[in-house]
Amino acid sequence: MINDRELEVLINEVFEYHGFDFSGYSRASLKRRVERLYQLDGFNNLGEMLTKIRLEPTYFKRMIEEITVNVTEMFRDPLFYKVLREEIIPVLATKPFIRLWHAGCASGEEVYSMAILLQEANLLQKSLIYATDINPVVLDTAKKGIFPLQMMKQYSENYRISGGKKDFSDYYTANYGFAKFSSDLSVKMVFSEHNLVSDGSFNEFDIILCRNVLIYFDKELQERAFTLFDNSLAKLGYLALGTKETLKFSSLQKRFKQLNKDKIWKKTE
Amino acid sequence: MEKNRVIEGCKVLIIGGSAGSLEVLMELLPKLTFVPDFAIVLVLHRKSAEDSTLEELISYKTEIPLMDVEDKTPLRSGFIYIAPSDYHLLFETNDVLSLDTSEKINYSRPSIDVSFESAAAVYGPALVGILLSGANSDGTEGLLAIKRAGGSIVVQMPESAQMPFMPMNAIENTSPHYVLDVKGILNFILHINS
Repeated sequence: MINDRELEVLINEVFEYHGFDFSGYSRASLKRRVERLYQLDGFNNLGEMLTKIRLEPTYFKRMIEEITVNVTEMFRDPLFYKVLREEIIPVLATKPFIRLWHAGCASGEEVYSMAILLQEANLLQKSLIYATDINPVVLDTAKKGIFPLQMMKQYSENYRISGGKKDFSDYYTANYGFAKFSSDLSVKMVFSEHNLVSDGSFNEFDIILCRNVLIYFDKELQERAFTLFDNSLAKLGYLALGTKETLKFSSLQKRFKQLNKDKIWKKTE
Repeated sequence: MEKNRVIEGCKVLIIGGSAGSLEVLMELLPKLTFVPDFAIVLVLHRKSAEDSTLEELISYKTEIPLMDVEDKTPLRSGFIYIAPSDYHLLFETNDVLSLDTSEKINYSRPSIDVSFESAAAVYGPALVGILLSGANSDGTEGLLAIKRAGGSIVVQMPESAQMPFMPMNAIENTSPHYVLDVKGILNFILHINS
Protein backbone atom coordinates (compact mmCIF):
# COMPACT_ATOMS: atom_id res chain seq x y z
CA MET A 1 0.00 0.00 0.00
CA ILE A 2 1.04 3.56 -0.59
CA ASN A 3 1.00 6.22 2.11
CA ASP A 4 0.21 9.90 1.70
CA ARG A 5 3.87 10.94 1.61
CA GLU A 6 4.72 8.39 -1.05
CA LEU A 7 1.82 9.63 -3.15
CA GLU A 8 3.28 13.15 -3.03
CA VAL A 9 6.68 11.78 -4.09
CA LEU A 10 5.07 10.09 -7.06
CA ILE A 11 3.20 13.25 -8.04
CA ASN A 12 6.47 15.24 -7.93
CA GLU A 13 8.40 12.67 -9.96
CA VAL A 14 5.73 12.43 -12.63
CA PHE A 15 5.80 16.19 -12.99
CA GLU A 16 9.57 16.39 -13.03
CA TYR A 17 10.12 13.62 -15.56
CA HIS A 18 7.07 13.86 -17.74
CA GLY A 19 5.58 17.32 -17.17
CA PHE A 20 2.18 15.92 -16.17
CA ASP A 21 0.91 17.73 -13.10
CA PHE A 22 -1.37 15.69 -10.84
CA SER A 23 -0.88 17.96 -7.83
CA GLY A 24 -4.36 19.40 -8.21
CA TYR A 25 -6.07 16.01 -8.31
CA SER A 26 -8.32 14.94 -5.43
CA ARG A 27 -6.11 12.79 -3.26
CA ALA A 28 -8.69 10.24 -2.10
CA SER A 29 -9.44 9.09 -5.63
CA LEU A 30 -5.88 9.44 -6.97
CA LYS A 31 -4.53 7.34 -4.11
CA ARG A 32 -7.01 4.56 -4.88
CA ARG A 33 -6.06 4.62 -8.56
CA VAL A 34 -2.32 4.52 -7.83
CA GLU A 35 -2.75 1.73 -5.25
CA ARG A 36 -4.82 -0.24 -7.72
CA LEU A 37 -2.09 0.00 -10.37
CA TYR A 38 0.62 -0.77 -7.80
CA GLN A 39 -1.18 -4.00 -6.89
CA LEU A 40 -2.18 -4.85 -10.44
CA ASP A 41 1.42 -4.68 -11.62
CA GLY A 42 2.82 -6.46 -8.55
CA PHE A 43 5.31 -3.88 -7.30
CA ASN A 44 7.11 -4.59 -4.03
CA ASN A 45 7.84 -1.00 -3.13
CA LEU A 46 7.29 2.50 -4.41
CA GLY A 47 10.91 2.80 -5.61
CA GLU A 48 10.34 0.03 -8.12
CA MET A 49 7.24 1.73 -9.45
CA LEU A 50 8.96 5.12 -9.69
CA THR A 51 11.91 3.68 -11.62
CA LYS A 52 9.57 2.14 -14.16
CA ILE A 53 7.60 5.37 -14.50
CA ARG A 54 10.81 7.36 -14.94
CA LEU A 55 12.59 5.10 -17.40
CA GLU A 56 9.92 3.42 -19.48
CA PRO A 57 7.80 5.75 -21.63
CA THR A 58 5.38 2.93 -22.47
CA TYR A 59 4.87 2.27 -18.78
CA PHE A 60 4.25 5.94 -18.13
CA LYS A 61 1.60 5.82 -20.84
CA ARG A 62 0.03 2.85 -19.11
CA MET A 63 0.06 4.73 -15.84
CA ILE A 64 -1.81 7.69 -17.31
CA GLU A 65 -4.29 5.31 -18.87
CA GLU A 66 -4.88 3.42 -15.64
CA ILE A 67 -4.99 6.19 -13.07
CA THR A 68 -7.37 8.39 -15.00
CA VAL A 69 -10.96 7.18 -14.76
CA ASN A 70 -12.48 6.44 -18.15
CA VAL A 71 -15.81 4.98 -17.15
CA THR A 72 -18.51 6.41 -19.41
CA GLU A 73 -21.66 5.40 -21.26
CA MET A 74 -23.96 6.55 -24.04
CA PHE A 75 -26.79 8.82 -22.94
CA ARG A 76 -25.46 8.60 -19.39
CA ASP A 77 -28.17 10.06 -17.13
CA PRO A 78 -30.85 9.90 -19.85
CA LEU A 79 -32.91 12.67 -18.30
CA PHE A 80 -29.98 15.04 -18.75
CA TYR A 81 -30.04 14.20 -22.46
CA LYS A 82 -33.79 14.77 -22.51
CA VAL A 83 -33.19 18.32 -21.27
CA LEU A 84 -30.47 18.78 -23.91
CA ARG A 85 -32.83 17.49 -26.58
CA GLU A 86 -35.88 19.47 -25.56
CA GLU A 87 -34.51 22.68 -24.10
CA ILE A 88 -30.94 23.34 -25.16
CA ILE A 89 -30.76 22.10 -28.73
CA PRO A 90 -33.73 24.23 -29.89
CA VAL A 91 -31.82 27.30 -28.65
CA LEU A 92 -28.58 26.20 -30.33
CA ALA A 93 -30.57 25.63 -33.52
CA THR A 94 -31.03 29.38 -33.94
CA LYS A 95 -27.28 29.87 -34.46
CA PRO A 96 -25.74 29.83 -37.94
CA PHE A 97 -23.02 27.48 -36.74
CA ILE A 98 -22.80 25.40 -33.55
CA ARG A 99 -19.52 24.74 -31.77
CA LEU A 100 -19.45 22.14 -28.99
CA TRP A 101 -16.68 20.96 -26.71
CA HIS A 102 -16.66 17.68 -24.77
CA ALA A 103 -13.85 18.23 -22.27
CA GLY A 104 -12.56 14.94 -20.85
CA CYS A 105 -14.52 12.81 -23.33
CA ALA A 106 -12.81 9.48 -22.45
CA SER A 107 -13.75 6.85 -25.07
CA GLY A 108 -16.35 9.15 -26.61
CA GLU A 109 -19.70 7.53 -25.77
CA GLU A 110 -21.22 10.87 -24.79
CA VAL A 111 -19.81 12.53 -27.90
CA TYR A 112 -21.65 10.05 -30.12
CA SER A 113 -24.78 10.56 -28.02
CA MET A 114 -24.59 14.28 -28.69
CA ALA A 115 -24.04 13.70 -32.40
CA ILE A 116 -27.20 11.57 -32.48
CA LEU A 117 -29.20 14.36 -30.84
CA LEU A 118 -27.84 16.90 -33.35
CA GLN A 119 -28.54 14.64 -36.28
CA GLU A 120 -32.10 14.01 -35.16
CA ALA A 121 -32.60 17.79 -34.95
CA ASN A 122 -31.08 18.18 -38.45
CA LEU A 123 -28.28 20.28 -37.00
CA LEU A 124 -25.25 18.02 -37.31
CA GLN A 125 -24.28 19.50 -40.68
CA LYS A 126 -23.78 22.95 -39.19
CA SER A 127 -22.09 21.69 -36.01
CA LEU A 128 -18.52 21.03 -35.04
CA ILE A 129 -17.90 18.84 -31.98
CA TYR A 130 -14.48 19.10 -30.36
CA ALA A 131 -13.75 16.18 -28.08
CA THR A 132 -10.65 16.23 -25.92
CA ASP A 133 -9.00 14.09 -23.29
CA ILE A 134 -5.65 13.87 -21.51
CA ASN A 135 -5.40 10.19 -22.47
CA PRO A 136 -4.47 9.40 -26.12
CA VAL A 137 -5.44 5.73 -25.81
CA VAL A 138 -9.09 6.44 -25.08
CA LEU A 139 -9.14 9.09 -27.82
CA ASP A 140 -8.20 6.39 -30.34
CA THR A 141 -11.22 4.36 -29.27
CA ALA A 142 -13.38 7.46 -29.51
CA LYS A 143 -12.18 8.19 -33.06
CA LYS A 144 -13.12 4.70 -34.17
CA GLY A 145 -16.59 4.85 -32.65
CA ILE A 146 -16.49 1.15 -31.81
CA PHE A 147 -18.05 0.13 -28.52
CA PRO A 148 -18.86 -3.23 -26.90
CA LEU A 149 -22.04 -4.73 -28.32
CA GLN A 150 -23.11 -6.01 -24.92
CA MET A 151 -23.68 -2.41 -23.81
CA MET A 152 -26.17 -1.64 -26.58
CA LYS A 153 -29.18 -2.93 -24.70
CA GLN A 154 -28.63 -0.44 -21.92
CA TYR A 155 -27.66 2.38 -24.31
CA SER A 156 -30.75 1.78 -26.37
CA GLU A 157 -32.86 2.02 -23.21
CA ASN A 158 -31.04 5.22 -22.19
CA TYR A 159 -31.64 6.61 -25.69
CA ARG A 160 -35.35 5.86 -25.41
CA ILE A 161 -35.63 7.54 -21.99
CA SER A 162 -33.82 10.58 -23.40
CA GLY A 163 -36.72 10.96 -25.85
CA GLY A 164 -35.23 9.03 -28.76
CA LYS A 165 -37.89 7.76 -31.15
CA LYS A 166 -35.84 5.80 -33.67
CA ASP A 167 -34.59 2.27 -33.64
CA PHE A 168 -31.26 2.72 -31.85
CA SER A 169 -29.66 -0.14 -33.77
CA ASP A 170 -29.95 1.93 -36.98
CA TYR A 171 -27.01 3.97 -35.72
CA TYR A 172 -24.49 1.12 -35.63
CA THR A 173 -23.39 -2.03 -37.36
CA ALA A 174 -22.88 -5.06 -35.14
CA ASN A 175 -19.84 -7.18 -35.80
CA TYR A 176 -17.84 -9.67 -33.69
CA GLY A 177 -19.16 -8.42 -30.37
CA PHE A 178 -18.70 -4.77 -31.23
CA ALA A 179 -20.97 -2.02 -32.43
CA LYS A 180 -19.45 0.37 -34.94
CA PHE A 181 -21.22 3.69 -35.09
CA SER A 182 -21.98 5.22 -38.46
CA SER A 183 -19.35 7.57 -39.86
CA ASP A 184 -22.19 10.03 -40.62
CA LEU A 185 -22.04 10.74 -36.90
CA SER A 186 -18.28 11.15 -36.56
CA VAL A 187 -17.75 13.31 -39.64
CA LYS A 188 -18.28 16.46 -37.56
CA MET A 189 -16.07 15.39 -34.65
CA VAL A 190 -12.55 16.64 -34.00
CA PHE A 191 -10.56 14.64 -31.45
CA SER A 192 -7.51 16.05 -29.76
CA GLU A 193 -5.34 15.67 -26.67
CA HIS A 194 -5.97 18.45 -24.19
CA ASN A 195 -5.01 18.65 -20.53
CA LEU A 196 -7.35 20.72 -18.36
CA VAL A 197 -4.51 21.17 -15.87
CA SER A 198 -2.07 22.88 -18.18
CA ASP A 199 -3.60 23.68 -21.59
CA GLY A 200 -5.52 26.81 -22.43
CA SER A 201 -8.54 27.89 -24.36
CA PHE A 202 -8.48 27.02 -28.06
CA ASN A 203 -11.79 28.23 -29.43
CA GLU A 204 -15.10 29.81 -28.51
CA PHE A 205 -17.99 27.42 -27.90
CA ASP A 206 -21.75 27.54 -27.65
CA ILE A 207 -21.80 24.65 -25.22
CA ILE A 208 -19.13 22.91 -23.16
CA LEU A 209 -19.85 19.50 -21.66
CA CYS A 210 -17.53 18.34 -18.92
CA ARG A 211 -19.27 15.59 -17.03
CA ASN A 212 -17.74 13.59 -14.20
CA VAL A 213 -14.27 14.93 -14.90
CA LEU A 214 -13.98 17.72 -12.34
CA ILE A 215 -14.81 15.34 -9.47
CA TYR A 216 -11.18 14.17 -9.78
CA PHE A 217 -9.85 17.70 -9.21
CA ASP A 218 -9.45 19.60 -5.96
CA LYS A 219 -11.22 22.94 -5.58
CA GLU A 220 -8.31 25.06 -6.87
CA LEU A 221 -7.92 23.01 -10.01
CA GLN A 222 -11.69 23.02 -10.48
CA GLU A 223 -11.52 26.80 -10.32
CA ARG A 224 -8.87 26.80 -13.03
CA ALA A 225 -11.03 24.59 -15.22
CA PHE A 226 -14.09 26.78 -14.65
CA THR A 227 -12.07 29.86 -15.64
CA LEU A 228 -10.91 28.07 -18.76
CA PHE A 229 -14.51 27.16 -19.61
CA ASP A 230 -15.67 30.70 -18.92
CA ASN A 231 -12.98 32.01 -21.29
CA SER A 232 -13.98 29.47 -23.90
CA LEU A 233 -17.73 30.09 -23.85
CA ALA A 234 -19.56 32.53 -26.06
CA LYS A 235 -21.97 34.91 -24.36
CA LEU A 236 -25.13 32.97 -23.42
CA GLY A 237 -23.21 29.73 -23.95
CA TYR A 238 -23.94 26.67 -21.82
CA LEU A 239 -21.81 24.69 -19.40
CA ALA A 240 -23.00 21.16 -18.61
CA LEU A 241 -21.60 19.22 -15.64
CA GLY A 242 -22.16 15.76 -14.14
CA THR A 243 -25.19 14.96 -11.97
CA LYS A 244 -23.31 15.51 -8.72
CA GLU A 245 -21.02 18.33 -9.82
CA THR A 246 -21.70 21.96 -9.11
CA LEU A 247 -20.56 25.48 -9.84
CA LYS A 248 -21.86 26.60 -6.46
CA PHE A 249 -18.51 26.45 -4.65
CA SER A 250 -16.87 28.59 -7.36
CA SER A 251 -16.42 32.34 -7.54
CA LEU A 252 -17.52 32.17 -11.19
CA GLN A 253 -20.99 31.12 -10.14
CA LYS A 254 -22.22 34.72 -10.37
CA ARG A 255 -21.40 34.86 -14.07
CA PHE A 256 -23.72 31.91 -14.73
CA LYS A 257 -27.35 31.06 -14.20
CA GLN A 258 -28.40 27.48 -13.47
CA LEU A 259 -31.32 26.11 -15.46
CA ASN A 260 -33.87 24.63 -13.07
CA LYS A 261 -32.38 21.74 -11.16
CA ASP A 262 -30.42 20.33 -14.06
CA LYS A 263 -26.66 20.57 -14.09
CA ILE A 264 -26.61 23.06 -16.95
CA TRP A 265 -25.53 26.66 -16.46
CA LYS A 266 -25.97 29.52 -18.89
CA LYS A 267 -23.30 32.17 -19.12
CA THR A 268 -25.03 35.46 -18.49
CA GLU A 269 -22.16 37.94 -18.80
CA MET B 1 -15.51 -9.51 21.20
CA GLU B 2 -14.45 -6.69 23.51
CA LYS B 3 -17.06 -5.68 26.02
CA ASN B 4 -17.66 -2.14 27.22
CA ARG B 5 -15.44 -0.54 24.65
CA VAL B 6 -16.00 3.15 25.24
CA ILE B 7 -16.54 5.08 22.03
CA GLU B 8 -15.28 8.58 22.44
CA GLY B 9 -13.76 11.11 20.10
CA CYS B 10 -15.89 9.81 17.24
CA LYS B 11 -16.04 12.25 14.36
CA VAL B 12 -17.75 10.08 11.79
CA LEU B 13 -20.18 7.20 12.06
CA ILE B 14 -20.33 5.34 8.77
CA ILE B 15 -23.03 2.75 8.16
CA GLY B 16 -23.03 0.35 5.24
CA GLY B 17 -25.77 -1.99 4.12
CA SER B 18 -27.42 -3.75 1.25
CA ALA B 19 -30.62 -5.79 0.95
CA GLY B 20 -32.57 -5.60 4.20
CA SER B 21 -30.62 -2.66 5.61
CA LEU B 22 -33.14 0.04 4.80
CA GLU B 23 -35.66 -1.57 7.16
CA VAL B 24 -33.07 -1.42 9.94
CA LEU B 25 -32.43 2.26 9.29
CA MET B 26 -36.14 2.98 9.23
CA GLU B 27 -36.27 1.57 12.72
CA LEU B 28 -33.13 3.29 13.99
CA LEU B 29 -33.39 6.75 12.51
CA PRO B 30 -36.65 7.93 14.14
CA LYS B 31 -35.03 7.27 17.50
CA LEU B 32 -31.98 9.38 16.75
CA THR B 33 -32.90 12.99 17.21
CA PHE B 34 -29.69 14.88 17.63
CA VAL B 35 -26.02 14.07 17.05
CA PRO B 36 -24.04 17.13 18.11
CA ASP B 37 -20.50 15.97 17.67
CA PHE B 38 -20.25 13.53 14.81
CA ALA B 39 -21.48 13.10 11.24
CA ILE B 40 -23.46 10.09 10.01
CA VAL B 41 -22.64 8.75 6.55
CA LEU B 42 -24.81 6.08 4.93
CA VAL B 43 -23.48 3.91 2.13
CA LEU B 44 -26.26 1.71 0.82
CA HIS B 45 -26.41 -0.38 -2.30
CA ARG B 46 -28.99 1.28 -4.45
CA LYS B 47 -30.27 0.97 -7.96
CA SER B 48 -30.96 3.45 -10.70
CA ALA B 49 -29.22 6.76 -11.10
CA GLU B 50 -31.33 9.90 -10.70
CA ASP B 51 -33.30 8.22 -7.98
CA SER B 52 -33.70 10.50 -4.98
CA THR B 53 -36.40 8.48 -3.21
CA LEU B 54 -33.87 7.04 -0.75
CA GLU B 55 -32.96 10.55 0.38
CA GLU B 56 -36.64 11.46 0.71
CA LEU B 57 -37.47 8.29 2.61
CA ILE B 58 -34.66 8.85 5.07
CA SER B 59 -35.33 12.53 5.61
CA TYR B 60 -38.95 11.69 6.56
CA LYS B 61 -37.71 9.30 9.20
CA THR B 62 -35.33 11.46 11.16
CA GLU B 63 -35.00 14.85 12.75
CA ILE B 64 -31.30 14.93 12.00
CA PRO B 65 -30.90 17.14 8.94
CA LEU B 66 -29.90 15.45 5.72
CA MET B 67 -27.17 17.14 3.69
CA ASP B 68 -27.34 16.73 -0.05
CA VAL B 69 -24.10 15.12 -1.26
CA GLU B 70 -22.44 16.71 -4.26
CA ASP B 71 -18.77 16.65 -5.16
CA LYS B 72 -16.67 18.53 -2.55
CA THR B 73 -19.51 18.85 -0.06
CA PRO B 74 -18.03 19.69 3.38
CA LEU B 75 -18.57 16.97 6.01
CA ARG B 76 -19.91 18.46 9.23
CA SER B 77 -21.05 17.09 12.58
CA GLY B 78 -24.76 16.92 13.19
CA PHE B 79 -25.79 15.95 9.67
CA ILE B 80 -26.59 12.79 7.74
CA TYR B 81 -24.96 12.19 4.35
CA ILE B 82 -25.99 9.52 1.85
CA ALA B 83 -23.66 8.18 -0.85
CA PRO B 84 -25.33 9.09 -4.17
CA SER B 85 -26.22 6.34 -6.61
CA ASP B 86 -23.69 5.43 -9.28
CA TYR B 87 -20.75 7.12 -7.50
CA HIS B 88 -18.21 5.93 -4.99
CA LEU B 89 -18.12 8.24 -1.98
CA LEU B 90 -14.63 9.22 -0.80
CA PHE B 91 -13.20 11.28 2.05
CA GLU B 92 -10.57 13.99 1.63
CA THR B 93 -8.21 14.98 4.45
CA ASN B 94 -9.75 18.45 4.78
CA ASP B 95 -13.21 17.17 5.85
CA VAL B 96 -14.59 17.30 2.33
CA LEU B 97 -16.45 14.54 0.50
CA SER B 98 -15.52 13.69 -3.05
CA LEU B 99 -16.99 11.38 -5.65
CA ASP B 100 -15.57 8.90 -8.10
CA THR B 101 -17.19 6.99 -10.97
CA SER B 102 -14.47 4.38 -11.36
CA GLU B 103 -15.26 0.68 -11.81
CA LYS B 104 -17.80 -1.02 -9.58
CA ILE B 105 -16.34 -2.86 -6.60
CA ASN B 106 -18.16 -6.01 -5.43
CA TYR B 107 -20.62 -5.29 -8.26
CA SER B 108 -21.51 -2.09 -6.48
CA ARG B 109 -21.19 1.66 -6.94
CA PRO B 110 -21.34 3.04 -4.33
CA SER B 111 -19.26 0.31 -2.74
CA ILE B 112 -19.18 0.03 1.04
CA ASP B 113 -15.55 -1.18 1.01
CA VAL B 114 -14.44 1.87 -0.97
CA SER B 115 -16.06 4.37 1.40
CA PHE B 116 -15.05 2.53 4.57
CA GLU B 117 -11.41 2.28 3.43
CA SER B 118 -11.30 5.91 2.40
CA ALA B 119 -12.87 7.08 5.69
CA ALA B 120 -10.49 4.86 7.68
CA ALA B 121 -7.47 6.48 6.00
CA VAL B 122 -8.66 9.96 6.98
CA TYR B 123 -10.38 9.48 10.35
CA GLY B 124 -8.51 6.49 11.87
CA PRO B 125 -9.54 6.03 15.53
CA ALA B 126 -12.20 8.75 15.21
CA LEU B 127 -14.27 6.51 12.93
CA VAL B 128 -16.98 4.05 13.83
CA GLY B 129 -18.19 1.63 11.15
CA ILE B 130 -21.40 -0.38 11.26
CA LEU B 131 -22.29 -3.06 8.73
CA LEU B 132 -25.92 -4.12 8.34
CA SER B 133 -27.91 -6.72 6.44
CA GLY B 134 -26.99 -7.70 2.89
CA ALA B 135 -26.47 -10.54 0.45
CA ASN B 136 -23.04 -9.56 -0.86
CA SER B 137 -19.53 -9.57 0.57
CA ASP B 138 -19.07 -5.80 0.30
CA GLY B 139 -18.10 -4.15 3.58
CA THR B 140 -15.79 -6.81 5.02
CA GLU B 141 -12.56 -5.34 3.61
CA GLY B 142 -13.73 -1.90 4.64
CA LEU B 143 -14.37 -2.97 8.23
CA LEU B 144 -10.89 -4.52 8.34
CA ALA B 145 -9.41 -1.21 7.19
CA ILE B 146 -11.31 0.68 9.89
CA LYS B 147 -10.14 -1.76 12.53
CA ARG B 148 -6.52 -1.58 11.37
CA ALA B 149 -6.66 2.21 11.51
CA GLY B 150 -7.82 2.08 15.12
CA GLY B 151 -11.54 2.68 14.60
CA SER B 152 -14.39 0.68 16.09
CA ILE B 153 -16.43 -1.80 14.10
CA VAL B 154 -19.90 -3.15 14.68
CA VAL B 155 -21.78 -5.80 12.72
CA GLN B 156 -25.49 -6.52 12.78
CA MET B 157 -26.25 -9.86 14.41
CA PRO B 158 -26.94 -12.18 11.44
CA GLU B 159 -30.00 -13.71 13.17
CA SER B 160 -31.57 -10.24 13.24
CA ALA B 161 -30.73 -9.49 9.61
CA GLN B 162 -33.11 -10.05 6.71
CA MET B 163 -30.09 -11.07 4.62
CA PRO B 164 -27.48 -12.59 6.94
CA PHE B 165 -24.71 -13.20 4.37
CA MET B 166 -23.04 -9.78 4.53
CA PRO B 167 -22.85 -9.58 8.34
CA MET B 168 -21.85 -13.24 8.59
CA ASN B 169 -19.02 -12.81 6.11
CA ALA B 170 -17.83 -9.76 8.05
CA ILE B 171 -17.96 -11.53 11.42
CA GLU B 172 -15.96 -14.48 10.10
CA ASN B 173 -13.25 -12.26 8.65
CA THR B 174 -12.94 -9.26 10.93
CA SER B 175 -13.75 -10.26 14.57
CA PRO B 176 -15.76 -7.10 15.11
CA HIS B 177 -15.73 -5.24 18.43
CA TYR B 178 -19.49 -5.71 18.67
CA VAL B 179 -22.13 -7.93 17.09
CA LEU B 180 -25.52 -6.41 17.91
CA ASP B 181 -29.17 -6.72 17.05
CA VAL B 182 -31.12 -3.65 15.95
CA LYS B 183 -31.92 -2.57 19.49
CA GLY B 184 -28.30 -3.07 20.48
CA ILE B 185 -27.13 -0.99 17.54
CA LEU B 186 -29.46 1.82 18.57
CA ASN B 187 -28.13 1.74 22.12
CA PHE B 188 -24.60 1.68 20.81
CA ILE B 189 -25.16 4.77 18.64
CA LEU B 190 -26.89 6.63 21.47
CA HIS B 191 -23.81 6.13 23.64
CA ILE B 192 -21.22 7.35 21.14
CA ASN B 193 -19.23 10.24 22.65
CA SER B 194 -21.24 10.24 25.85
